[in-house]
Amino acid sequence: MSELDISKLPKGGKGFVHDFAADQTTFKGVPWGKAMMWIFLLSDTFIFSCFLISLMTARASTTAEWPYPSEVFGLTAFGVEVPLLLIAIMTFVLITSSGTMALAVKYGYERNRKMCAWLILATAIGGLTFVGMQAFEWSKLIFHDGIRPWGNPFGAAQFGSFFFMITGFHGTHVSIGVIFLFIFARKTFRGDFDVGRRGHFTSMKSDYKAIEILGLYWHFVDLVWVFIFAFFYLW
Amino acid sequence: MDEEYNNNKIETKAADSSSGSYAPSADSIPASEIPEQELYHAKSFWTRWVFCQDAKVIGVQYALTATAVGLIGLVLSWGMRLQLGFPETFSFLGPATYYQSVTMHGMIMVVYLLTALFLGGFGNYLIPLMVGARDMVFPYLNMVSFWMFLVAVLVLISSFFVPGGPTGAGWTLYPPQAILPGTPGSEMGIVLMLVSLSLFVIGFTMGGLNYVITILQARTRGMTLMRMPLTIWGIFTATVLALLAFPALFVACIMMTLDNLLGTSFFMPEIFTMGEQLGTTGGSPILFQHLFWFFGHPEVYIVALPAFGIVSDLISVHARKNIFGYRMMVWAIVIIGALSFVVWAHHMYVSGMNPYFGFFFATTTLIIAVPTAIKVYNWVLTLWRGNIHLTIPMLFSLGFIVTFVNGGITGLFLGNVIIDIPLSDTYFVVAHFHMVMGIAPLMVIFGAIYHWFPLISGRHLNQTLGKIHFWISFVGAYAIYFPMHYLGFIGVPRRYYEMYDSPYMTTGVGLNQFITVAALIVGFTQILFLYNIIHSAFYGEKSEKNPWKANSLEWHTPEMPPAHGNFGKDLPVVYRWPYDFSVPGVEREYIPQHVSPSEVPTAKVEKT
Repeated sequence: MSELDISKLPKGGKGFVHDFAADQTTFKGVPWGKAMMWIFLLSDTFIFSCFLISLMTARASTTAEWPYPSEVFGLTAFGVEVPLLLIAIMTFVLITSSGTMALAVKYGYERNRKMCAWLILATAIGGLTFVGMQAFEWSKLIFHDGIRPWGNPFGAAQFGSFFFMITGFHGTHVSIGVIFLFIFARKTFRGDFDVGRRGHFTSMKSDYKAIEILGLYWHFVDLVWVFIFAFFYLW
Repeated sequence: MDEEYNNNKIETKAADSSSGSYAPSADSIPASEIPEQELYHAKSFWTRWVFCQDAKVIGVQYALTATAVGLIGLVLSWGMRLQLGFPETFSFLGPATYYQSVTMHGMIMVVYLLTALFLGGFGNYLIPLMVGARDMVFPYLNMVSFWMFLVAVLVLISSFFVPGGPTGAGWTLYPPQAILPGTPGSEMGIVLMLVSLSLFVIGFTMGGLNYVITILQARTRGMTLMRMPLTIWGIFTATVLALLAFPALFVACIMMTLDNLLGTSFFMPEIFTMGEQLGTTGGSPILFQHLFWFFGHPEVYIVALPAFGIVSDLISVHARKNIFGYRMMVWAIVIIGALSFVVWAHHMYVSGMNPYFGFFFATTTLIIAVPTAIKVYNWVLTLWRGNIHLTIPMLFSLGFIVTFVNGGITGLFLGNVIIDIPLSDTYFVVAHFHMVMGIAPLMVIFGAIYHWFPLISGRHLNQTLGKIHFWISFVGAYAIYFPMHYLGFIGVPRRYYEMYDSPYMTTGVGLNQFITVAALIVGFTQILFLYNIIHSAFYGEKSEKNPWKANSLEWHTPEMPPAHGNFGKDLPVVYRWPYDFSVPGVEREYIPQHVSPSEVPTAKVEKT
């Protein structure tokens, strides 16, 4: 079998027509796992879109007034009321972890095992920090401010419902990502991707390409957070 | 034709620039760009037949599970028909059980039977074989997909045994009634239904990603998208629809589960029940309807598109003629799929929405009739002057065309707001959707089983039993659903446990009894079919290789039934589309896809 040289394929509109008229693969040079992740993320986008569109509908149609986010999500630091302080830090941490992930992918393709592994670990710790701060935020909202999924003292009951559901669903995504990042960090340190060690469940060979696929997922989770941030905290 | 030649030119040019790696018409073999797939080779009985990673076995597992749960749906419909036809004689079904039967029948048939059978069953079995792959691209994920489906089915079945029984909210599960006391199954039943649906979506996503990537990225050399059998096009487009439509159902399920268990108010307005005010406030039941139908309408095409694809192949093979307008057929499938995302609110004309919305959705709905009509014309034109063999798959295909046209035309009635409003929630609607997405796809499923059974088992199904099965099912389906159109016109509402002495029941009583008798006869005929399958699998007449003289790759494996890895040592190379029947200038009556042009030099074919 000969590796396909994608640089020799036609570009632009002609390339589009060529690829869709070609045999074997439609996305030339794209590994199966990467193509799968893109399609999965498209499907997941629809899930988050449904959540956020439902949120917009609820905000437009509730009878009670929608709570004022700067007030609800404020935090007192050194005796000063700072609106959105915690969220700003959380967002910063998550987006930074996207940066370390991108570097990990780069070092992975350069076969720099050590750097790659440390950067994946850094990403995992960033993600874990995010989830930890989210747990802190949840507990503050629940125990300190008395916000519950079924009602809250600030206004419309749907505020708490949507908040816990959407951030919870996103937090689950982050947590799953963190678990995989830790597993991948271990696999990279052990050199699985260099020797092509076989997976425990799938019995397929490990490859550095997998890091890029996990990276796609991680960037997606961060991107979704930007939208949640915009719709929940800034709107 | 012009377009085809243009495409060809571009392809030739591209081939030049990529130093001859593509050769569209010559005999040379294009270079392989996909590494040879590593397969998991089962070592024990458990990994070979139970936790199996071979798509063919997974397909059969899907099909058997779907059929088993479908039989439960069938039996539930008998209970409903007995109640409707003879309310005094058979009173064992109380109102609550009646509603539970209606709900479970609907949900089982639409999601757990038809979707799982077409995509999980036929998809798994046929995709790798037809595109020339050794297996699905992620065999392990594929296995997990089936087991998720099985768990979803078990959760669904378990709701029959919990306090309060399964939900009786109707298959649309509209809140607030679905989770309020007074609706049967509002305790545990509805929660189990929602959990089961969520599990189904998760499991389906795993399988669906496999189907899509196998078709896009794992075709064999020479297999371009426009050389794929229409079966694959139908399954492919339906899977894409499912991956984009199921998220809405998933979200709706999560929100309703929270409304039920945590007391949130996503879908629950301020409401009084049994003289007491519930704690809910300000939610929107209409939001659920939007989410549900954003899933629900594409779901119709998730069931219909694989049927369109499969029936095209059956008609072509059994009429010994190439499919008329192959490219038109492909584009029609794709356009129908795209349009199906912008028509969902035609299920909600009576929800009190803005009249301009109704105008928009009626327009988009009626536009779907155009590509659909193209398909019907092309099936008929394929038959025209073809060498029609009245085999059982062909009989079922003909039955499909007639039934589909029938159900499609009543769809035009219901797509118009002014006609839909008086007919809404009557038996006319029941007749319409059973014809178009119940009977019509089932005709294709039956035809496909008679067609591919020799491939799967190496034996033929019994032809006599098959003919009896076809005629009773076909005529019986009309005996059941034709009278229902009339019942709908005189205003009989659907989902009513009993009509008592309503004025329209003077003519309705006799019809209802007639329908019930017909339904029972058709139902029992399916047992004959099951007997045929089980008996023939062991004692049926042995089939020779490629009994229908088809061209597509699944019939040209070294062994029949195909072994693990499908194609032996080397994957086949494809030179043509799968519809080269009765080609002028060639002695042989059909040219399989892997026959190179130099083997049939006299063939007068422009381009395939």
